[in-house]
Amino acid sequence: MLSRTANSLYWIGRYVERAEFTARLIEATIRLDALSARPAGQGAWDSALLVAAADYDFGLTGETRSPLAISRYLTLAAANPNSIRSCLDAARSNAKSVRTALSRDAWEAINRAWLGLRGRASTGGSQTTLSLVEQIRAETRGFEGALHRMLRNEAYSFLGLGAAMERADNTARLIDVKYHLLLPEGEKVGGLIDRDQWTTILHTVSANTAYRWLYSEGLKPWLVAELLCLKPELPRSLIASSEEVIMHLNAIGKRTGLQGEADRLSRLRHNALERTTIDAIFAQGLHEWLTGFIYENTRIHQAIGQQFRFG
Amino acid sequence: MAGADAFDEIRGKPGDPVGRPEFAQLLDWMETTPPAELDRRQKAAEAAFRQLGITFAVYGEEESAERIIPFDIVPRIFTAREWASLSEGLVQRVEAINAFLADIYGPRRILADGVLPEELVLANPQFRPVLAGAKPPHGVFAHICGIDLVRTGPDEFWVLEDNARTPSGVSYMLENREAMLRLCPELFEQFDVAPIDSYPDALLETLQSVSPRGRGADATCVLLTPGHFNSAFYEHSFLADSMGIELVEAADLEVDDDKVWMRTIEGRVQVDVIYRRIDDDYLDPLVFRPDSLLGVPGIVAAYMAGNVALVNAPGTGIADDKAIYSYMPEIVKYYSGGDAKLPNVETYRCREPQALRYTLDNLDKLVVKLVDGSGGYGMLVGPTATRAQIEEFRAALIAEPHRYIAQPTLALSTVPTLTEKGIAPRHVDFRPFVLSGGKGVTITPGGLTRVALREGSLVVNSSQGGGTKDSLILTGQEERA
Repeated sequence: MLSRTANSLYWIGRYVERAEFTARLIEATIRLDALSARPAGQGAWDSALLVAAADYDFGLTGETRSPLAISRYLTLAAANPNSIRSCLDAARSNAKSVRTALSRDAWEAINRAWLGLRGRASTGGSQTTLSLVEQIRAETRGFEGALHRMLRNEAYSFLGLGAAMERADNTARLIDVKYHLLLPEGEKVGGLIDRDQWTTILHTVSANTAYRWLYSEGLKPWLVAELLCLKPELPRSLIASSEEVIMHLNAIGKRTGLQGEADRLSRLRHNALERTTIDAIFAQGLHEWLTGFIYENTRIHQAIGQQFRFG
Repeated sequence: MAGADAFDEIRGKPGDPVGRPEFAQLLDWMETTPPAELDRRQKAAEAAFRQLGITFAVYGEEESAERIIPFDIVPRIFTAREWASLSEGLVQRVEAINAFLADIYGPRRILADGVLPEELVLANPQFRPVLAGAKPPHGVFAHICGIDLVRTGPDEFWVLEDNARTPSGVSYMLENREAMLRLCPELFEQFDVAPIDSYPDALLETLQSVSPRGRGADATCVLLTPGHFNSAFYEHSFLADSMGIELVEAADLEVDDDKVWMRTIEGRVQVDVIYRRIDDDYLDPLVFRPDSLLGVPGIVAAYMAGNVALVNAPGTGIADDKAIYSYMPEIVKYYSGGDAKLPNVETYRCREPQALRYTLDNLDKLVVKLVDGSGGYGMLVGPTATRAQIEEFRAALIAEPHRYIAQPTLALSTVPTLTEKGIAPRHVDFRPFVLSGGKGVTITPGGLTRVALREGSLVVNSSQGGGTKDSLILTGQEERA
């Protein structure tokens, strides 16, 4: 496989995953906003900007921090490189240049998602935003479905690798922004707002029912943190994403007969994740630990680029 | 002007009560299928094209950067007999084009024998002196030719233009057929239509047959595209996909030791055959345009060293140049020893004073073309032009006569076409695709029919409001029955 093709596939995986994550983030934020009394509702949107790493850039637009302006910025703004529109633009542009490596289904799913946003200038009120976001999620689910029907070749592995790398990063940032809610000590927890916040986090990673399955206790912040970081049963947890990265790298290595730095680093990371506990993480400081995880993820990202000559 | 008195390929000559009985079933089909149903199917086909992303970019139009070429649901039909005689003419012409190229970049016998003026070739910007002495495998230069034909009567076919560089449009031939099979299966029950889906296999075989290292099916063939912003990118990816070969960009290739390599996740792999869809100018910045970022430095040296086949070879533009075109009957005769089976459209070379005078006197009746123009740009259609346009061309002709040729306005044939006011005749042309490889010439029984959708219009270019149709070639059984 051409290095450029592998690079594009990897980024398609990342961009579609990012678009889907942002869609779920908006959905959960609308829910949180509706549940909370202002100014808590406002806080919901501010933290959505933080999770999407778009807080600084949004400030530069000079727009008022209204729910409408923020949801528009996260969904449709062409000026925001991480808006759903920008992600789908980038995914489609990459998909166009490597169409031969994608199945027809996978290409059509991306193209449909892109067509769905074409010409949309406003998200409208929260009802319209919800239906738009729901539509985007349906399209990205369609893409995931198409992926699963793809031939299990390198193309499949690079798409999956990109998605898993992106998911690890997104989940880590989501926890990091909310880490003060998940810190058990010195915090007064259990209040109504906090409860809504935890539910929002679980919504964002589609884990509300998963929590009930895995824990018999009611919502406990440290258990939420453990679920998102260390439970391999949850596909969007850090450890599950890490495992998926290794799986895809293994598959590529098997086909090409080559392994490298990316394989080594991702196995190291995974071993560490398997050995640690949520208590140890809290002892180190959740924020510090997450910062380390995000840094490590970036190192693996760079190693992937070098190993497969993305240059 | 053409129009009402043109030959219709399905109904026959105007006023002819018999028409063309062999196509009676198609007329029946057109009459019994309600226009609303035809329209529904046509829209379904176009929606599918859009979803597949079979789009093209119109230069100079930012708004609709991606458009689909309109598709017409009413097919065009050729009988087996018509196709057989067309094929003979095409084989003869394309063999002559390849012989001409091998001669021009080799011994130049045709110039020594005075068949055409030497400066017309040697001073032509399409001639690449740096490629003199090139000896591509099997002596094939133009592996893929698209020959543009027009028709004026039952047996009157004319070559309007040869495309020997990087002809496009074959993906429309294939996708139009897919759409027709899906949307109008009844037509394929009524007519025995020759299949065209073998084209990608034939193309791949052609590529493999010219691999300098041989290797047969193991030869590494790639398709080189300028990238996905190119207007024909869909076709590039479609063909690479159908053949199962890599679609590469210049940045994926490097030249080392006069060999071409592609960068892959497993390291570099030597490339044997490059089906390139990049113009000569952008192929190699070391040889052609130094400002080009698209090309692969050193690729021409690798070609000249005989380590890689370029399909088509660089420098083939000299064979389809409009100034050379007017000499094609002589060129065909020179190399084949017989008269051209497919005639040229009569052409006035404005570089010749007498022809220029005739052209200037008859601008309102002629079609005037830039020698180096394409895609319907830089073209005057006298009978439909405004006075201002005619005067503009008159001034340009007087200033630079050598840049123009003129041709009579032909009464192009029509084919019934679905319009807003029901089915009506529209003018068409035809581009079959001719493959030349180590084992000779192959022509897939089909081609691209372009149709001028505007009433009375003779300009079929997609950039100027043209559409496409499926072109059905009947197999022999049909006519015996």
